[in-house]
Amino acid sequence: MSNTIAVIDYGMGNLRSVAKAIEHVAPKSNTQITSDPVVIAKADRVVFPGQGAARDCMKNLASHDLSEAVHSAFNNKPFLGICMGLQVLFEQSDENDGVACLGLVAGGVQRFKRLLHRPTDKVPHMGWNQVGQLQPHDLWQGINDHARFYFVHSYYVTPADNNWIAAHTDYLVPFTSAVARDNVFATQFHPEKSADSGLRLLQNFTQWDPQK
Amino acid sequence: MLARRLIPCLDVDAGRVVKGVNFVDIIDAGDPVEAARRYGDAGADELTFLDITASSDDRDTILDIVEQVAAEVFIPLTVGGGIRSVADVRRLLNAGADKVGINTAAVHTPELVREASDYFGNQCIVVAIDAKSVHAEGEPPRFEIFTHGGRKATGIDAVEWAVKMADYGAGELLLTSMDRDGTKIGFNIELTRAVADAVDVPVIASGGVGNLQHLCAGVLDGHADAVLAASIFHFGEFTIQQAKLEMQKAGIEVRL
Repeated sequence: MSNTIAVIDYGMGNLRSVAKAIEHVAPKSNTQITSDPVVIAKADRVVFPGQGAARDCMKNLASHDLSEAVHSAFNNKPFLGICMGLQVLFEQSDENDGVACLGLVAGGVQRFKRLLHRPTDKVPHMGWNQVGQLQPHDLWQGINDHARFYFVHSYYVTPADNNWIAAHTDYLVPFTSAVARDNVFATQFHPEKSADSGLRLLQNFTQWDPQK
Repeated sequence: MLARRLIPCLDVDAGRVVKGVNFVDIIDAGDPVEAARRYGDAGADELTFLDITASSDDRDTILDIVEQVAAEVFIPLTVGGGIRSVADVRRLLNAGADKVGINTAAVHTPELVREASDYFGNQCIVVAIDAKSVHAEGEPPRFEIFTHGGRKATGIDAVEWAVKMADYGAGELLLTSMDRDGTKIGFNIELTRAVADAVDVPVIASGGVGNLQHLCAGVLDGHADAVLAASIFHFGEFTIQQAKLEMQKAGIEVRL
């Protein structure tokens, strides 16, 4: 059975790590880094990564004519958002004095506020933190609850509907570190940089059948 | 809780690990890809490559190494050394580096930090700061930035510089105590704490680690977010796991 995985390239940083990590766990799959909406539409699975600032992400999605392709993949096939690829799914982000995002998930994106009584908790939130699983999911298979994943971000998502929340993490505040519904899974952390736990999550994604 | 990070650092010269890495049963001690793989397997939280290649002919070898490491080691990789332009940053990120360390160039052209951070996001811009204590006996502690491997004084105050670099968009600071580097007597704790307490972004302490207590002191007394060491791991004195267990015993949150 063919298993084509499209990693969406919209000019937001290094996608090689994501693609290499997927190739590592699913050597038989056909992983393509692409900015072609046709390739994305044909793929069996779609990975939507991203780093940098929300404003640039939205601008680049528009200039690469990829908002539609992301929207369609989000509605139709196994879809994995990573980091900024999670945040821009929401309605709006507070970054860059406010940015309208894709609006595929109800809710917003806020910046961490440093706390006087936790002076060593810096922003960005950078490093390995624990991910508490809040709903059973195929993508958590083989991964311990509270396993550590690698994070690097200054903003976090707040879904309006709690049913979206797949995991939470504590840093300055308890925040949503993964969301899931139907064919969509998206993480604030970087599975491609999270050693064994991250590789397992990616492997689970390459085999995930949301219909089951 | 967020774990404090333990980061082994490899000096690379023209594609080879300088001084070698003395792991048990390692096949090629000078191969940075093999060393990176070993450290990944051993539980390192990140890796740092410092490219000290002097000859411009050999400068691109680091790109091949980064590509190979990124294809098989799935933890964050920082690469520093000889970065002079946004194009240099882009090449390393495209090869698979997650963060790029800017050192001397930041001192000469601080705008480079702002430009690179605006373009690629502050999460991938690390400003490396080499500092020494310069205060005289009886004076309050003062720290100054040095460039060119600690040889050139700049007259710039290290704490003010750290605040400025974070403001310019550094997502993280790699702080090396030049007067401790290679001494094995421990981090310069005063310097580390002064910088870590002054900035909002994470600080990696570096320079002077000779034993595992030094790593703990960097976090507990120096307030560092991450600790970096080279020789104590390269020559097999301690394993990453031993270091983390010692840190945990000292009450530091670690990833085991």
